[in-house]
Amino acid sequence: MAGAASALFLLDIKGRVLIWRDYRGDVSAIQAERFFTKLIEKDGDPQSQDPVVYDSGVSYMFIQHNNVYLMAASRQNCNAASILLFLHRVVDVFKHYFEELEEESLRDNFVVVYELLDEIMDFGFPQFTEAKILSEFIKTDAYRMEVTQRPPMAVTNAVSWRSEGIRYKKNEVFLDVVESVNILVNSNGQIIRSDVVGALKMRTYLSGMPECKLGLNDRVLLEAQGRTTKGKAIDLDDTKFHQYVVSYFKCVRLARFENDRTISFIPPDGSFDLMTYRLSTQVKPLIWVEAQVEKHSRSRIEIMVKARSQFKERSTATNVEIELPVPSDSTNPNVRTSMGSAAYAPENDALVWKIKSFPGNREYMLRAEFSLPSITAEEATPDRKAPIRVKFEIPYFTVSGIQVRYLKIIEKSGYQALPWVRYITMAGEYELRLM
Amino acid sequence: MSGHDSKYFSTTKKGEIPELKEELNSQYKDKRKDAVKKVIAAMTVGKDVSSLFTDVVNCMQTENLELKKLVYLYLINYAKSQPDLAILAVNTFVKDSQDPNPLIRALAVRTMGCIRVDKITEYLCDPLQRCLKDDDPYVRKTAAICVAKLYDINAELVEDRGFLESLKDLISDNNPMVVANAVAALAEIQENSSGPIFEISSHTLSKLLTALNECTEWGQVFILDALSRYKAADAREAENIVERVTPRLQHANCAVVLSAVKMILQQMELITSTDVVRNLCKKMAPPLVTLLSAEPEIQYVALRNINLIVQRRPTILAHEIKVFFCKYNDPIYVKMEKLEIMIKLASDRNIDQVLLEFKEYATEVDVDFVRKAVRAIGRCAIKLERAAERCISVLLELIKIKVNYVVQEAIIVIKDIFRRYPNTYESIIATLCESLDTLDEPEAKASMIWIIGEYAERIDNADELLESFLESFPEEPAQVQLQLLTATVKLFLKKPTEGPQQMIQTRDQLPIFICTCTVFKHSSQSVVTNTNSCLQVVLNNATVETDNPDLRDRAYIYWRLLSTDPEAAKDVVLAEKPVITDDSNQLDSSLLDELLANIATLSSVYHKPPEAFVTRVKTTAPKTEDDDYPNGIDTGYSDTPTHVADGGTSPQTSSSSAPYPAGRQPAPPPAAPAPAAPVPDLLGDLIGLDNSAIVPVDRPEPAPAAPLPVVLPASTGQGLQISAQLTRQDGQVLYSMLFENNTQIPLDGFMIQFNKNSFGLAAAGPLQVPQLQPGTSARTLLPMVLFQNVSGGAPSSLLQVAVKNNQQPVWYFNDKVSLHVFFTEDGRMERGSFLETWRSLPDSNEVLKDLPGIVVSNVEATLDRLAASNMFFIAKRKHANQDVFYFSAKIPRGIPFLIELTTVIGNPGVKCAIKTPNPEMAPLFFEAIESLLKA
Repeated sequence: MAGAASALFLLDIKGRVLIWRDYRGDVSAIQAERFFTKLIEKDGDPQSQDPVVYDSGVSYMFIQHNNVYLMAASRQNCNAASILLFLHRVVDVFKHYFEELEEESLRDNFVVVYELLDEIMDFGFPQFTEAKILSEFIKTDAYRMEVTQRPPMAVTNAVSWRSEGIRYKKNEVFLDVVESVNILVNSNGQIIRSDVVGALKMRTYLSGMPECKLGLNDRVLLEAQGRTTKGKAIDLDDTKFHQYVVSYFKCVRLARFENDRTISFIPPDGSFDLMTYRLSTQVKPLIWVEAQVEKHSRSRIEIMVKARSQFKERSTATNVEIELPVPSDSTNPNVRTSMGSAAYAPENDALVWKIKSFPGNREYMLRAEFSLPSITAEEATPDRKAPIRVKFEIPYFTVSGIQVRYLKIIEKSGYQALPWVRYITMAGEYELRLM
Repeated sequence: MSGHDSKYFSTTKKGEIPELKEELNSQYKDKRKDAVKKVIAAMTVGKDVSSLFTDVVNCMQTENLELKKLVYLYLINYAKSQPDLAILAVNTFVKDSQDPNPLIRALAVRTMGCIRVDKITEYLCDPLQRCLKDDDPYVRKTAAICVAKLYDINAELVEDRGFLESLKDLISDNNPMVVANAVAALAEIQENSSGPIFEISSHTLSKLLTALNECTEWGQVFILDALSRYKAADAREAENIVERVTPRLQHANCAVVLSAVKMILQQMELITSTDVVRNLCKKMAPPLVTLLSAEPEIQYVALRNINLIVQRRPTILAHEIKVFFCKYNDPIYVKMEKLEIMIKLASDRNIDQVLLEFKEYATEVDVDFVRKAVRAIGRCAIKLERAAERCISVLLELIKIKVNYVVQEAIIVIKDIFRRYPNTYESIIATLCESLDTLDEPEAKASMIWIIGEYAERIDNADELLESFLESFPEEPAQVQLQLLTATVKLFLKKPTEGPQQMIQTRDQLPIFICTCTVFKHSSQSVVTNTNSCLQVVLNNATVETDNPDLRDRAYIYWRLLSTDPEAAKDVVLAEKPVITDDSNQLDSSLLDELLANIATLSSVYHKPPEAFVTRVKTTAPKTEDDDYPNGIDTGYSDTPTHVADGGTSPQTSSSSAPYPAGRQPAPPPAAPAPAAPVPDLLGDLIGLDNSAIVPVDRPEPAPAAPLPVVLPASTGQGLQISAQLTRQDGQVLYSMLFENNTQIPLDGFMIQFNKNSFGLAAAGPLQVPQLQPGTSARTLLPMVLFQNVSGGAPSSLLQVAVKNNQQPVWYFNDKVSLHVFFTEDGRMERGSFLETWRSLPDSNEVLKDLPGIVVSNVEATLDRLAASNMFFIAKRKHANQDVFYFSAKIPRGIPFLIELTTVIGNPGVKCAIKTPNPEMAPLFFEAIESLLKA
């Protein structure tokens, strides 16, 4: 079962090695490069696109970020899930260090890159990927390196995500409840899939080693505490906690939530995702879009779209963007809308309808006309069947009805901290298939 | 925080190396640091800066941590190529491992472990011992991994110095990160060792489960993966473990979740209470579903695993099929996997929705995905009897879109549906026939022809349809030709002939029915006569005009059947076909068990057991490298079940047998193969025996005496002792063997057999050993041949041999092939061609190895000895106090080895560098040269 990576490669868009770190001396960079460049050349073959591929004794696992490929090679039966996820974490670490991870930033910082590669993985085993803690002892600013560094306590401490001795004048916590609505509507107008993925995102500016206690209106949680569940209580399908969630008593952590659903934790400094949850109950589409496409003769296409907001009037959706697919060779757009503006984006084969503010329970219309080339190719290749995609944000509103009932901050110095809580709902993968 | 390191890449002035050398030796700290950065930059872009080794190492003694790290990095890269100089760094390493700063202590021990040079390794032991007991957990966690590094380089050293015990102690460390790394190291060592090193007791288990809570996410993965090997004693313990692991399902890290799922599934096998199992299934579903919101690459791994999980426990996700519906922007590899799982989860309850989805996908643009979607509809039809009709109507709708590849794919699956539900849906044949002329892919064509042949009696114009294919018969692929042949015969048998017929003797003296009135195939005669002319054309084409032995054989068989006994022909050709079944749960149970135990690992992604792709495992078993490596995605049923009496719809062409010369009469079976071996089932259990080189014994041959290594000790051979070694004499490879009979009975009838091996070594003739009386011995020289039964995979020196006699069971033993017995007499190279060959081979073909224990004291004698083994001396030069020798050698099939030996005469240590077009042979070469030099 044991297994580890043999080497980690950072490659450019053509698959050439930019920087690599050999952890075990059993793979060759030349061989890896040769294999990988060939792999990305043959685009069409679906087998070649798998993120895990095997070639003469070596398994390669890779992800892409901007113009850089990150690839791990292994000769063993290593944990593929762990290694691929690790690669994504490496991206996060590099982004933390260089703002953006791309070919240029790697070249510009190769010394730090080598240092990081040495620290985050040892002999092919992932070690430590918390960017914030890493940056406490691996600095980009060369001059500060003159001071001898010690490993921060956090690297090996039980509370590995927070260093001691943090101090703020004003102690504040910001908690954002962000819900993304994923929905898939088929061409008959049936909702075939919908779920809500929520995240509790925090930014903390707290001194010392505070312990936070969070109360939610989760039904299981309420019932466990012996409260009646009248009024608003919700069922969360699957909750995920970040490493930080920990009760102050070392022995029970996730186990404690499993038992009595108490969420208590020592927060890291700065911003982090405390918890994510998923809700798979059927939700009514918040914005419903109906489109009618009519092909008049062979040279003209007409699209009529109705968009309706299906939430209460007191809420308002902002930055609504409805992307309507149109045939790829459409020209001469002629568009009228009852609200907002629409622009043709030929690069995406789409008409993008933007509505800045869309109050609840309203309906807006769009009518567009395009010319099509009168000559069409003989083969009956089907049109690209892209769905209608919708983006929006609805502040002060959650689909699940989740509510933060309390957020207590306890620190031994006894300071008062201000908790700020916001709610927002946005569109995630929001797709409506065309007729 | 962006840096400006790119400036270090830009020094490309002439004389870069001397310039760097100067800067490295500068008295100014900053200048030295910049110089080291430039060196590392040069190394990064692939320039060879190994000549600066001494100068860089001189910068190692510094307070500056950044500079130190860079020098260490340089060492990791170049120590191998400068092993003698690497020793210069040892002092600093040892000193750094005692530095007051734990970062530096850890760095030193971590780096030393990465330098895979034997000399350094010896010096690593003391610092490592100290660091394993360091006060700082950061140092201890680094040291724990370092033990695994050392084990990889020198396992004995680790065992001798008691590092394993120290490592086991770390399992009880109070720091969870140290515990996790110790577990990872132990698990790795266990993997590479034959003995029990890391056995998990219930006590360890409990300790580790407690540590789990506080580990980093990666540490949790190490621990869960290691613990999944644990076998609980009973159901109660299993339930206990599961209870403690379940909270991990809530972790944000997908790898932790998958490893927890693996462990729970393992323990569930033991749990008997159905309530508990049901409850666990319910608990696992949401986390598994959530994995599908992860990054696409992780989704891919998750989906490959879910594919396995639903095969074992379909209930877990039975109600979640919707989450596997494809999103428009899913990468194609995710879509393909989702489709596979949708088929597995499809049931009578959800089939309508699933079909709507498949139909949607079948009109997308990605051709491979579309094809797979169409195939999925067919697979559902075969799996769900009650839904078959709905599936077919969707397929018909798709055919009406008239997109070429959709139609072809649909016809292929409809053929399978007909096989599954005979005499049910034939009414749609007319619709299918409309698309006949758009078919251009062999499989689709073959399927359509099969349908026409199979249902010839219901298709009025079957003969016309088949005829339309006949014109191009010679150009069709074999698959289509075979189908045409069979379909024509079926047609002939099904539509009974009415017209006058007579027996005709063809030029092959094979009688055949043929109508006198039809000579031309395009005549507007009755259906019956037309059929016959079709048949005549096809049979002619398939016998006289083809080179394909399969086709010809089948044609002749039909021909003879038709001419001798038409009723028998009917029985054979129109025989009832076995019903096919759905194979969407295709993995067999034992493989599935193994894969489930490997959840989250590469094995579970490939759907192959680890041995199939891991080549590094240290075992004596021959490597079984699988050539058609993972493609478990689509193993449709359509190509297997159709091999039936009538030839099926997708027969395979055999390319193994050479075609007969065209037109030759095949009638009598070819002369029986070489007389059957006297003991036909001898050694049948050896892997892949195919040549029957088992031969009786008659002519003994005494050979000059020299002690041979014992390969089968008397204790193993029940008194029979065999010593043997491969040798080379006069350009011939021989297996020199000595048999000693220490039993109480005479032994006779000795035979030998070699298993497949990297060189394809096999006996060239019979083994000649006389009857051996008790207490006597016999020597023999067995001539060998090469390239007889070559095994695939990386070259290995392993030679597996089996010997049998009439009195004892079969004895198996392993011998080692030393490469030098293959060095051919014509391996001498001229200086010029040596240099040219050396230059023409890329650097990647150069392999280096140190032979530390070897001393060359007498040059002449060494050269003579090497020459005797066909390793030819070419040139010699002096370099400092070292002597450099160049040799050439060649092995069969003209593979040259160019060899460079560097040594100080009379001192231990030889550096051997070789260049060859086949660098994978290098390890074998080094073994050989080491033994030659030692001798």
